[in-house]
Amino acid sequence: MNSAPNASSLLLTGQQLTFRVEQGITLIRDVTVAINEGELIGLIGPNGAGKSTLLRLLSGIETPSDGCVSVTVSGSLKPVSTLAVRERAQKLSYLAQGAKAHWPIEVEQMIALGRLPFQKWWQPASDQDQEKVIRAMRLTETLSYRKRLVTSLSGGEQALVMMARVLAGEPEIIFADEPVSTLDPYHQLHVMELLREHARAEKSAVVVLHDLSLAARFCDRIYLMNEGELFCEGAPEKVLNQQNVAGVYGVDSQISLVGQSLSISPVARLRDHQQGR
Amino acid sequence: MNSYQRVLGGLFLAVIGSFFADISVGPVAIEWANIWAAMVDNKASLDALILFDIRLPRAFLAMLVGATLGISGAALQGLLRNPLAESGVIGVSNCAALGAVLVFYFGMTQWSWFVLPLAGLVGALVSVVMIFLLAGRSGSTVTLILAGIAINTLAGALMAMALNFAPNPYAMQEIVFWLLGSVANRSMNEVLITVPFITVGWVLILSCGRFLNALTLGEETTKSLGFNVRRLRWRLVIGVVACVGAAVSVSGNIGFIGLVIPHLLRPWVRHDPQRLLAVSALGGAVLLLLSDVAVQLLSSGGELKLGVITSLVGGPFFLYLILKNRNVWS
Repeated sequence: MNSAPNASSLLLTGQQLTFRVEQGITLIRDVTVAINEGELIGLIGPNGAGKSTLLRLLSGIETPSDGCVSVTVSGSLKPVSTLAVRERAQKLSYLAQGAKAHWPIEVEQMIALGRLPFQKWWQPASDQDQEKVIRAMRLTETLSYRKRLVTSLSGGEQALVMMARVLAGEPEIIFADEPVSTLDPYHQLHVMELLREHARAEKSAVVVLHDLSLAARFCDRIYLMNEGELFCEGAPEKVLNQQNVAGVYGVDSQISLVGQSLSISPVARLRDHQQGR
Repeated sequence: MNSYQRVLGGLFLAVIGSFFADISVGPVAIEWANIWAAMVDNKASLDALILFDIRLPRAFLAMLVGATLGISGAALQGLLRNPLAESGVIGVSNCAALGAVLVFYFGMTQWSWFVLPLAGLVGALVSVVMIFLLAGRSGSTVTLILAGIAINTLAGALMAMALNFAPNPYAMQEIVFWLLGSVANRSMNEVLITVPFITVGWVLILSCGRFLNALTLGEETTKSLGFNVRRLRWRLVIGVVACVGAAVSVSGNIGFIGLVIPHLLRPWVRHDPQRLLAVSALGGAVLLLLSDVAVQLLSSGGELKLGVITSLVGGPFFLYLILKNRNVWS
């Protein structure tokens, strides 16, 4: 599962990504990422570490100041910037942090928006589009409220609808920014399972998480970010040790093995830790 | 036939019905048989003259202006994801009105029939150029709207100044009456000068339908779905400026249709922003045609202006809609 990346299964790379905004502030510095087929990748780090920025760069909706994001197209790596936006949207799907409906619209129509990258403006939705929407609703168990307005749903239900919207597009890679941070344990597990299933189907998902135990349980590989740089990368057991958690998050933690995976619970703040920003 | 097609079909029939209602009413009764005779035998007839030179231009304008206000209200509400948006938020309506007001102020209406609509169109063009200069480099919709509202307020202030310093009471009355909004006493020329701009505007707006649907997910996600947000936003704004600018330059400021119609019809299309566009165009046409019928029935001398009645009816009705749909916008 955690084997070294081999060239044939490489889906996407980010080479030495740097992202600067106005006034010379650098949000991301020299970060290199490789994503393989079948992997669920966790992106963790304290607030302001650059996780969301990195996710946006990798998903192609933001362009890096330096470096290059490349995606595998029929067997060879091509820079994302050279793809047509449509083609990019078909391959890479982005789930925004705290994604919510900005407008009251029916659940089913909102999920069908995930099919937009596959439709031309003069074409109505095809039967195939409809099938994928139904499939996404079945996976996320949202079929029962498909005719309700999204704005009338609870937070957990809305999160599943957003997840369904992404799944309906059947992208190669899902980039999800804190998809579970506002959810109860049941819905957290549901969303994480959906992302893992997506990754297992010869695709991949990259997910920003704050819950370290959840990251340890579900992710195949973890990128730990700190102050805009990559702190370390690898299997959960390698990345999530007491020393790294103390160094990056500034907390003392208890780490124990529960069943097959690690459980990380922060217990105390470290006095001498300086928050980076 | 699905429910969307039924709604479209029903509203289309309503447009035709209210169009005929609008050409049937007026200060004098006209005899349809005389018109038929005039058309077939080429016989001179007062009835035909009234129909072709007075009532048809009026009904055509009511239809075009109503449809324009409806579709652009729906488009801007979708773009901003704000139920309070209408064409005022991008400054076009006041700028077009200012252009016309200046024509009255300087007494240029006698020069030619086209001076007034042309000035309105120039005003609309100025508004979009100013928005572009103020917000063109920024990537945000909020900046665009702030620029639009600032321009709208400025144009409103300049209109007030024109009224303040009006050279004579006659010019002042002309300005005030024109600002109230009306489609009475217009000729086919006014219809023909607006049709190209209105058509271009409608086409631009309708081509943004899928973009508006995607925007329900927010601008960032819209980008990730493969849309060029910045380009499509400008396309929509230019579309609204083209058709609203043309509409205002021949009819003055007719309030509330752009706000009320999308609200009223949204449940009919299950809140789909794309489908709301065409439906709001038809609904706006029906509402303005019926308002024009009401104006003519209520006042024989043509004293009541169209814009007055749309606001008078629209205001309380809008309040009712808000109270009814409170929970939707929570």
